[in-house]
Amino acid sequence: MLTIDNLHANAGDKAILKGISLTVNAGEVHAIMGPNGSGKSTLAQVIAGHPGFEVTKGSITYVGQDLLEMDPEVRAQQGVFLAFQYPVEIPGVTNAYFLRSAYNELRKAHGKEEMDPMEFLDLMEQKLKVVDMDPAMLQRSVNAGFSGGEKKRNEILQMAVLEPKLAILDETDSGLDIDALRVVAGGVNALKRPDNATIVVTHYQRLLNHIVPDFVHVLAGGKIVKSGGKELALELEAKGYDWLVGTA
Amino acid sequence: MSSSIETLVNKEYQYGFVTDVDSDTLPPGLNEDVVRLISSKKNEPEWLLEWRLKAYKRWLTMTEPHWPNVKYAPINYQGARYYSAPKSVKPLQSLDEVDPELLSTYKKLGISLTEQKMLSGVAVDAIFDSVSVGTTMKEELSKHGVVFCSFSEAVHNHPELIQQYLGSVVPYSDNFFAALNSAVFSDGSFCYIPKGVRCPLELSTYFRINAAETGQFERTLIVADEGAHVSYLEGCTAPKRSTNQLHAAVVELVALDRSTIKYSTVQNWYAGDKEGVGGIYNFVTKRGKAHADAKISWTQVETGSAITWKYPSVILLGDNSVGEFYSVAVVNNKQQADTGTKMIHIGKNTKSTIISKGISAGEGQNSYRGRVQILPKAEGARNYTQCDSMLIGNTCGAHTFPYIEVANNSSTTEHEASTSKIGEDQIFYCKARGLSAEHAISLIVSGFCREVFKELPMEFALEAQQLLGITLEGSVG
Ligand SMILES: Nc1ncnc2c1ncn2[C@@H]1O[C@H](COP(=O)(O)OP(=O)(O)OP(=O)(O)O)[C@@H](O)[C@H]1O
Ligand SMILES: [Mg+2]
Repeated sequence: MLTIDNLHANAGDKAILKGISLTVNAGEVHAIMGPNGSGKSTLAQVIAGHPGFEVTKGSITYVGQDLLEMDPEVRAQQGVFLAFQYPVEIPGVTNAYFLRSAYNELRKAHGKEEMDPMEFLDLMEQKLKVVDMDPAMLQRSVNAGFSGGEKKRNEILQMAVLEPKLAILDETDSGLDIDALRVVAGGVNALKRPDNATIVVTHYQRLLNHIVPDFVHVLAGGKIVKSGGKELALELEAKGYDWLVGTA
Repeated sequence: MSSSIETLVNKEYQYGFVTDVDSDTLPPGLNEDVVRLISSKKNEPEWLLEWRLKAYKRWLTMTEPHWPNVKYAPINYQGARYYSAPKSVKPLQSLDEVDPELLSTYKKLGISLTEQKMLSGVAVDAIFDSVSVGTTMKEELSKHGVVFCSFSEAVHNHPELIQQYLGSVVPYSDNFFAALNSAVFSDGSFCYIPKGVRCPLELSTYFRINAAETGQFERTLIVADEGAHVSYLEGCTAPKRSTNQLHAAVVELVALDRSTIKYSTVQNWYAGDKEGVGGIYNFVTKRGKAHADAKISWTQVETGSAITWKYPSVILLGDNSVGEFYSVAVVNNKQQADTGTKMIHIGKNTKSTIISKGISAGEGQNSYRGRVQILPKAEGARNYTQCDSMLIGNTCGAHTFPYIEVANNSSTTEHEASTSKIGEDQIFYCKARGLSAEHAISLIVSGFCREVFKELPMEFALEAQQLLGITLEGSVG
């Protein structure tokens, strides 16, 4: 589904990603771990198309297409979803309106009719259950004044509505309390299908008890320094990153 | 020659007017004879002519204000035409002759072909549907005793009301542009709501758009008698073309005891091309006088015109009266706006609220200018001002000029201001959810303007939101 080959990316003059290669197939869950500042969010944002980063070398192929050639909104319409590490606030725009706009863009991109507000409300009722969210949150401005945990939960709500092919969750578990973690992980698992894939960026093995990865990668200094199965996460938990970073 | 024209010709003669152009268009220039002629063409009573002449004489002694934060080449007042009968304006032959950008905007707004022609000055043979809508509306209104007609009609049918209230809020001597308007105003609207009547409809000038070219020196007067209630909508979202560059309108609102007037405007006069060539200069004086327990509420969405100079204000004369000003002003390309409000607290326990949202894009310059004045006797007066600016891109500007004068110590004023840049992060977040840059901007901007939009009547709010998106189109890459 996703093939990243020798990806290099800069922010301004600063090289951040320095040769990343990664293949993600349909049905797989990949976990990306690594020290602060190693480039995990940058990788996630480059995949989503953030204009602040410049790809200087390498390629990304997504379902047979050159992903880097696509505008960010087209990537989203084609099923790429990034749950932000720091979700952005949009004052004055209700969550419900934002979600419906996004959902309808997706439908339009696939040649379907827009959904009217009433129908959409019915859909929302089901989706809210996936993340166990209070319907009142729909009438509040997008992320404005949401607690850290609420923001993360809201990202997963968006994911539930948009049903992406490739979901990238950037530290969605950070800031969640134990119950919320279970709910959010449960939501992600409920959305898993054989034809979609998930990349979870996390610092904590704890999340991976709930969302069990097929592969774990360690990112350090802008490179993947180690890949392995789910047991690698346990090893990292025990040993930290130092033994790996040394080899980078 | 019809007899009315004959009278006119005679009158012209009587006033010593000599001209060699056809009787429906005056040559450029302004002098006393022009004022007399305008008045006589409209068959106006002597008192109104006198009033116009006084205004004209006063205007001669005044100078154009240059304190607004706008720049433009000097206006040649003697180069403008001050009267041309609607039918003498030569219509375009087909939509092919109209600026294609204007047409594409019409299409985006979903405006019918007939209306597109109306708005852009193309000849149409079919009479606009809205005329019949207008008739039905009038019948409904007259059942309640509401008067809603053109200003000229009102001069003839309700002279006592006009004589009593014309200039009672905006005197002809008020300012340069108001004096000019008072001398040469072409037409406009008049509206009277009798005691205790809640006007059964939203009054809208939209249905009169086929009366082409009345916009230049428009004059509107609304009188809400004691306990009456009215909501009035001015303008429409479609950009209107005008062959006159200079527009100077006056709007006067009189809210008698316990009445409410809600006045909503969507202003979208032609802004000119990307270089600012050909846009309208819009110099407007709008003011209301609120008597005891009355409420006047201005809501405006200003997206058009090359230059906007406009301060809808409220004189809070009576005790417990309330004044509100909700404004969204958008400038893009080379547009300049200097707009805001004045709240003058005279009565006790008067209350005013100002919510201003300025959006600047392209090379647009947007200024908020507001004055809150609390006089010594206005004990317990309160004002709340919130003034937010949003910048899109690096080449535009936002400026605020708030003036607050409080002359007693039982009053309170609160002022909040903010300036924000539409963030790359906000746009990216929207894009990452499948929204285009344009869609993202219109979403973020309408969120920014929500407090104002919610004051607009429902359909108007939707149109305004759409309009904002179109106005800002192309402002982000
Ligand atoms: N726009 C930018 N300009 C300059 N440096 C940047 C920019 N964005 C990211 N960086 C830098 O790139 C490095 C990688 O950042 P990134 O956010 O990808 O790290 P991360 O692995 O997600 O870290 P964390 O675990 O703390 O979330 C950091 O040193 C960061 O400061
Ligand atoms: Mg990160």
